[in-house]
Amino acid sequence: MSAVIENHHDDHDHGPAKGITRWLYTTNHKDIGTLYLWFSFAMFLIGGAMAMIIRAELFQPGMQIVEPEFYNQMITLHGLIMIFGGVMPAFVGLANWLVPMMIGAPDMALPRMNNLSFWILPFAFFILLSSLFMEGGAPNFGWTFYAPLSTTYAPPSVTFFIFSVHIMGASSIMGAINVVVTIMNMRAPGVTLMKMPLFVWSWLITAYLLIAVMPVLAGAVTMMLMDIHFGTSFFNAAGGGDPVLFQHIFWFFGHPEVYIMILPAFGIVSHIIETFSRKQLFGYSSMVWAMLSIAILSFVVWAHHMFTVGLPLAAEIFFMWATMLIAVPTGVKVFNWVATMFRGSLTFETPMLFAVAFVVLFTIGGLSGLMLAIVPADFQYHDTYFVVAHFHYVLVPGAIFSIMAAVYYWIPKWSGNMYDERLGKLHFWLSFIGVNVTFFPQHFIGLAGMPRRYPDYALIFADWNMVSSIGAFLFGFSQLLFLFIVIKTVMGGKKATDQVWEGAKGLEWTVASPAPYHTFSTPPKVD
Amino acid sequence: MSGGSYYVPDQSRFPIFMAVSLFLLVMGASSTINNLDDPTSNSVYILYSGFACLFLTMFFWFRQVIKEHLAGLDSNQLKQSYVYGMAWFIFSEVMFFAAFFGALFYVRTLAVPWLAGEGSKGAAITAIELWPAFESSWPVMTTPDQGNEYDLADKSMAWPGWSKALLWLPLWNTIVLLSSSWTVHLAHLGLKKGNRKKFNVYLGITVLLALIFVGLQALEYYEAYAHYGLKLNSGIYGSTFFMLTGFHGFHVMMGGFMLAIMLARSVFAGHFEQHDHFGFEAASWYWHFVDVVWLMLFLFVYIL
Repeated sequence: MSAVIENHHDDHDHGPAKGITRWLYTTNHKDIGTLYLWFSFAMFLIGGAMAMIIRAELFQPGMQIVEPEFYNQMITLHGLIMIFGGVMPAFVGLANWLVPMMIGAPDMALPRMNNLSFWILPFAFFILLSSLFMEGGAPNFGWTFYAPLSTTYAPPSVTFFIFSVHIMGASSIMGAINVVVTIMNMRAPGVTLMKMPLFVWSWLITAYLLIAVMPVLAGAVTMMLMDIHFGTSFFNAAGGGDPVLFQHIFWFFGHPEVYIMILPAFGIVSHIIETFSRKQLFGYSSMVWAMLSIAILSFVVWAHHMFTVGLPLAAEIFFMWATMLIAVPTGVKVFNWVATMFRGSLTFETPMLFAVAFVVLFTIGGLSGLMLAIVPADFQYHDTYFVVAHFHYVLVPGAIFSIMAAVYYWIPKWSGNMYDERLGKLHFWLSFIGVNVTFFPQHFIGLAGMPRRYPDYALIFADWNMVSSIGAFLFGFSQLLFLFIVIKTVMGGKKATDQVWEGAKGLEWTVASPAPYHTFSTPPKVD
Repeated sequence: MSGGSYYVPDQSRFPIFMAVSLFLLVMGASSTINNLDDPTSNSVYILYSGFACLFLTMFFWFRQVIKEHLAGLDSNQLKQSYVYGMAWFIFSEVMFFAAFFGALFYVRTLAVPWLAGEGSKGAAITAIELWPAFESSWPVMTTPDQGNEYDLADKSMAWPGWSKALLWLPLWNTIVLLSSSWTVHLAHLGLKKGNRKKFNVYLGITVLLALIFVGLQALEYYEAYAHYGLKLNSGIYGSTFFMLTGFHGFHVMMGGFMLAIMLARSVFAGHFEQHDHFGFEAASWYWHFVDVVWLMLFLFVYIL
């Protein structure tokens, strides 16, 4: 620290430190946001490469490219990496960049802990990925790591998996505490709760969910560790435990986790649609209440993931109705977005294209979710490709499209340069076509009965699987274009104005582009 | 540490050191646990070095925070951030215990009765005839597999009846921990009135009571293993009993350690002001939290 203190003068608009230590020792929310975003991009490409291996194997029936054991490791790591390494850190990165600027704060509330939250992640994923090279291979039990597959029948690397989940969880909890405290304590005078930008609201709720459920995940993996190595019987019926107990604990974490990955997307899309409709957002307060209701309901719907384990009938009915109730606040949001666009002066720059695609395709994913919520129907759909299609529709054109939309929308503010609109639109259309060609056919093969998590399938599923694989390759390789566009924008391009977008509202558009290293050293005026 | 009304800290080396320490710690822990059967394995040294680095980093990090605080660099806003941060951290701890209590409630009210054939789901399980001899009770002294895979305990830690109540360790543990919550509160009152001596004395008593609690808990574990045959692998009762009380005991040690540090800071360095002592207050919040968890444990693990 001494070197930094020597360089430290009275002006607090000083720039970043030089060299690698800028990134290792930084306490700046913009630097940490950038680290998070690049890290998640790297994980997105690694997890994506695994998806390519999976789709290549499924291109034709029969075994062609990988061993079944390796296939299982691929689907497990693909899920874990995309969720914990791709989507979640991307949203935390966006929160880091945007929340302080949106509420008129100089930085996050606890800047050193912020740095720690990020730097845990590369180590956690190093451990997870290194398990590929361990004896017995990487975790192979699916990203949901159900007992006894993950306990009695797990490869030895499961211990490393458990501890890497532990430190990922610590990172998420610290990151979430930082966001909550920032929002509660650092708002500029005048930024009252109901004047907060919706992205800030969405992250306040998300952070609360994270603090509530990440410790439960830690509890679940701890019980696994004890069952495997120290003789407890939490998930073993022979000792009086129950493997279904694992699923209850896991999904008590897992369902709020689903909303952790979509609520920030709701916030982002609300901003983008408002800007490019050049209108006031329709129904601000109902948007807030909808997100709050979704968050509260997320704690009482977990067993809809386990309808086929043999729950008592009363439980099945309760969880069915509670789940369907979530469609109400979600519907409110979708109608609000549509109403915002209604009679607006719409233009379709790349962020808006991604945002509109989000509204349409996320709704498709939501509706297949409603189908899955119906107990008797779920008995048919459970563990088929219909489920795979459902959650990929809410996660890829849902969560990931919103992240891409956010990058296109705010990158002029971050870098000071406009991205290449022509290339951005090309990236959008390739992604849009790719994602639908990949996942829409999976509805059909799922309803026809193809089970998930198998490296081989019956001949009748061959055609749609080939279509799906072609779409996946298209989508996957289009993301290299995204990488190119981002690098090109960071390196140079047309200078962005401070306002950037004609209809953009909010404090982040009042500062210069690129945003200065320290934004607000005194609170801005907000009426 | 800027001027103006906002606090913007300098760069810091502590976080990355902490991340490396955690990496060493979990790599060491994983490989140690995977090589428990291998006496030639030396991965435990990675674990030790992880612990050492973690403690060193925390020591210097907290020292830095305290120094900045004493130099008057903390704004009121930052102090408030610490308050919120600690409150949310305790909430996350509550949820961690909730997972284990949830597991306890689930096995007690659903899984164990079903395994013994109660209810419509139980009837379905019994129809498979895996373990027809198993009967539902709590504490479960026989496992469904009749101790095939698991060791059966002779005796549980449950309430022994009024006649033996005074010889029952958990009752004394409850008395010790409840008193310690009271004494830490008295210490806090003393500090708020500017009575340093009262603060030091009551905080000292609290730390002593924490040590007594940990000692009694160790004694209880010894009795369980040596005389009751109750072990971690005694089926689901042993699992829930040791994991809940074990994690609680671990948290008592952490809380007691925090309070001991606060005591040392007060006695040797004269830290904490009448109106400015959140470091101590945070530790005392944690202590009250640990106390509440114990009350839940006493009720649901021991009495009921």
